[in-house]
Amino acid sequence: MPSSWLIAILAILLPVVAFYSMTVGTVSISMAEAFSAAADSLFSSGDTVSQAQVILFDIRLPRILLALLVGAILASTGAVMQGLFRNPLADPSLIGVSGGASVGASLMIVLAGGAVESGLLMGLSLVALGAFVGGFAATILVYRLATSGIGTSVTTMLLAGIAIGALAGALNSLLSYFADNDMLRQISLWQMGNLSAANWAKVSIMALVSLLLFISFPQDSRALNALLLGESEARHLGIDVQRVKRRLIVLTALGVGVSVALAGMVGFVGLVIPHVIRLLIGPDHRWLIPGSAMAGAILLVVADSLARVVVLPAELPTGILTALLGAPFFIVLLLQQRREV
Amino acid sequence: MTLRAENISLHLSGFDLLRDVTVQVEAGKITAIVGPNGAGKSSLLRVLTGELAPTKGSVSFNQRDLNDWPVEQRAQMLAVLPQHSLLNFPFTAHEVVALGRIPHQTGTLKDAEIIDQALKLVDAEYLQKRFYTQMSGGEKQRVQLARVLVQVWLPCEEGEQILVLDEPTAAFDLAHQQLTLEIVRQLAEKGVGVVMVLHDLNLAARCADKLVVFDGGLVAAQGTPEEVLTEQLIDQVFGVKAMISRHPVTNKPLVIT
Repeated sequence: MPSSWLIAILAILLPVVAFYSMTVGTVSISMAEAFSAAADSLFSSGDTVSQAQVILFDIRLPRILLALLVGAILASTGAVMQGLFRNPLADPSLIGVSGGASVGASLMIVLAGGAVESGLLMGLSLVALGAFVGGFAATILVYRLATSGIGTSVTTMLLAGIAIGALAGALNSLLSYFADNDMLRQISLWQMGNLSAANWAKVSIMALVSLLLFISFPQDSRALNALLLGESEARHLGIDVQRVKRRLIVLTALGVGVSVALAGMVGFVGLVIPHVIRLLIGPDHRWLIPGSAMAGAILLVVADSLARVVVLPAELPTGILTALLGAPFFIVLLLQQRREV
Repeated sequence: MTLRAENISLHLSGFDLLRDVTVQVEAGKITAIVGPNGAGKSSLLRVLTGELAPTKGSVSFNQRDLNDWPVEQRAQMLAVLPQHSLLNFPFTAHEVVALGRIPHQTGTLKDAEIIDQALKLVDAEYLQKRFYTQMSGGEKQRVQLARVLVQVWLPCEEGEQILVLDEPTAAFDLAHQQLTLEIVRQLAEKGVGVVMVLHDLNLAARCADKLVVFDGGLVAAQGTPEEVLTEQLIDQVFGVKAMISRHPVTNKPLVIT
């Protein structure tokens, strides 16, 4: 498939899916109602706010936008990591960011007891702050471990990431061991990934981070293509390899750190989406990164819409849905690939 | 002098890989490096391309210290073909060759034209749309050769250009070995300096203007093939009794073992 076609299809699909998602939820709102509510809030200056308006603009819209941005960031950073590590099975968690974030979040839940949603700072809970700090700290540790006088070795980084991941797993278990029932439930819910706590403050933070990432990534697309040849080959093509590596790792840690802090652990998007897009249009990062970002956004919006309705009137954590949707798709792709080889 | 390593020594993790080596690569000439396995040929290439810094001595390139050139500018003048490639992502041949144009700002149209010509030159036109990961070893190496060719396709204003090849013919059949040497010869005639590691002494004798023979990290001999290839030297360096004859057509030295 030509790359530009796929991008065009995704660019049409994304707003359609996002708009349809506005009508999905515990309270069903039809397309027509959604339109008229949107028109009302835009053009009428009245003080009366309908129930539909509240649901649409204070609950669903921020949630959909958050899903969209988190999906885009996880999938595009996944594509970047797979390129940087020259490994199609790499994902953002390899640099330790997810493990660290999960320890930070658990620590906050256990320390603050049941009072995690108090102490809000700009709409952010202590858990989100803990997750971000934990994720970023773990990435810096992994990067430091893999960097010597000659530069950063991606192989060492992979191994250091696994070691830090194991350490984080152990710390997490330790914290769970000391947690009471209520804390345990919060920890496990957080680890499943959840977008239900979305609000406009979170959306704004996520939007700022996304803007930074999507301005920066195109500048390094060609460098990532060259890096697939190997690091010394990329250097012979005039790429400042060490600088590119450092920049991409910091951006990934920032993007994934904030995503995980605001939406919990949403698995599978960062691994599967870039893989699928690469199978469709090839590994050229100039198309792969934007394609992955859009497809990731679509997957997470769809998964989150389903999460709102499959077990009505309750809700499922979004992370469960991404894996449930993503895993079978991935298995089908693997089987197809095996047939081709 | 275009690329010159002067009195370089390389000491890596307890081993002396190169000892007091002086080698010069000139624009428009083909320099072939030969020698037994582990003699320091690849180490020399890695020093000449700036991948490894020599423990002692210096490397100069176009009147400057090699490391004083900014990486982007250096890439416009110095292209390197490694022995093996790590690439395991499904780029098409065209996309792989296009990577060689990264250092240049000539625009997509001009680049596409150069890439097509290079693929045709290395007899890989039919591979254009094929995936690199599904090619044979020789096909992959030809595509990689085209990639480094497009990197030095047009002359550079900054200085003379050098193409470095590490055993470029190792994966090739007889026809493609000949083709590679022909391409390298044409490139030298356009003014590019070529330096390559070769294992086949007869191939080296046929195409090189200058031979550098390595043995145990030292330069055992250097000069024209006629000067260098003697029965005594081959015995001393390779431990093989050989006869030196002349090629009936080219009149170049012919090593018969």
